[in-house]
Amino acid sequence: MIYWEIFLAFFIPGILGYGGGPASIPLVENEVVHRYGWLSVSEFSEVLALGNALPGPIATKMAGYIGYEQAGILGAAVGVFATVAPSLILMIALMSLLYKFRDSPKVKRMSNYVRPTIALLLGVMAFRFFAESYEASGTIQTVFLIIASYLLLEKWKVHPAYVIVGALTYGAILL
Amino acid sequence: MKQWDLFIAFFRVGMLGYGGGPSSIPLVHKEVVGKYRWLSDDDFSDILALANTLPGPINTKMAGYIGYRVGGYTGMMNAILASTIPTIILMIVLLTTLTSFKDQAWVQGMTKAVLPVVGVLLAVLTWDFLSKSQKGLGWPIAIFLILASFLFIEILGIHPGIVIALLLAAAVLKKDKPKPEKGGTQS
Repeated sequence: MIYWEIFLAFFIPGILGYGGGPASIPLVENEVVHRYGWLSVSEFSEVLALGNALPGPIATKMAGYIGYEQAGILGAAVGVFATVAPSLILMIALMSLLYKFRDSPKVKRMSNYVRPTIALLLGVMAFRFFAESYEASGTIQTVFLIIASYLLLEKWKVHPAYVIVGALTYGAILL
Repeated sequence: MKQWDLFIAFFRVGMLGYGGGPSSIPLVHKEVVGKYRWLSDDDFSDILALANTLPGPINTKMAGYIGYRVGGYTGMMNAILASTIPTIILMIVLLTTLTSFKDQAWVQGMTKAVLPVVGVLLAVLTWDFLSKSQKGLGWPIAIFLILASFLFIEILGIHPGIVIALLLAAAVLKKDKPKPEKGGTQS
């Protein structure tokens, strides 16, 4: 029943991920790392890092890759389908209806209410990555990499793809 | 030629859209409104607004819907495949190559060094969602919801999907307040 599991693992993040691709990342992590155990935290971080460094939508890249790892090409197809189809069908089916309620406070409230929970999920994930890094590379390297990547990404606005390539090179040589 | 145009338009968007869905929206706009004139500016902004209120990745919703408007169900499939397949193939090729060298010291070093960088990216996203929450709800409610989700998800171990579903239900069921009066007059 691997295909059914892949479908569920990506259907749930797809349908609950209010706020686009990034909002669904912690939900994907919850399914593939914690529920199904397909990847470890650090394997998930590699997939996420590479997903971030490559162009295109993040949610479908992760679904396609993880689906492929678990069950080949068909698994990839199932993962992408589960990510894309539900919200697209909703969009096409409800277009006229939604259009009418576009300015309704109820519809606007939905994203508002969900945001703090997504923020928490993302924060917890960030914490897990830092903790894992602390165990793998120690305090000094972890703090150095955090500060360096923060400055590069946020202060000097270097594109994440370059920062990740830089970190990979640094790790290949020095860690 | 319409299907071919659709394919090329969304292929370009997919391959150039670094930084995930939101960063590719201006690219979609450029192709769909600017280059091929499939939609007017107003149509495009309506579709964008709607896609934003629905769950799921924004990019594929836009691609699928615009593909559907332009070329029916074939157009829909075409646009989705063009925006997702090329980057997925890249990802599979790169990651499987990396995995076959998994036990080399330098590959393990790469894996270690990337952890804190992804952590920072996530922390920045966290802050993004936090400041949007503050704007939408104000600090007291936002902090309350964060603490409540921490309790339910991390301490009680409830699936985040259930928490989110309950919040969505609350958003729909809550009675709408009458619009606030200007000038602070009280009724």
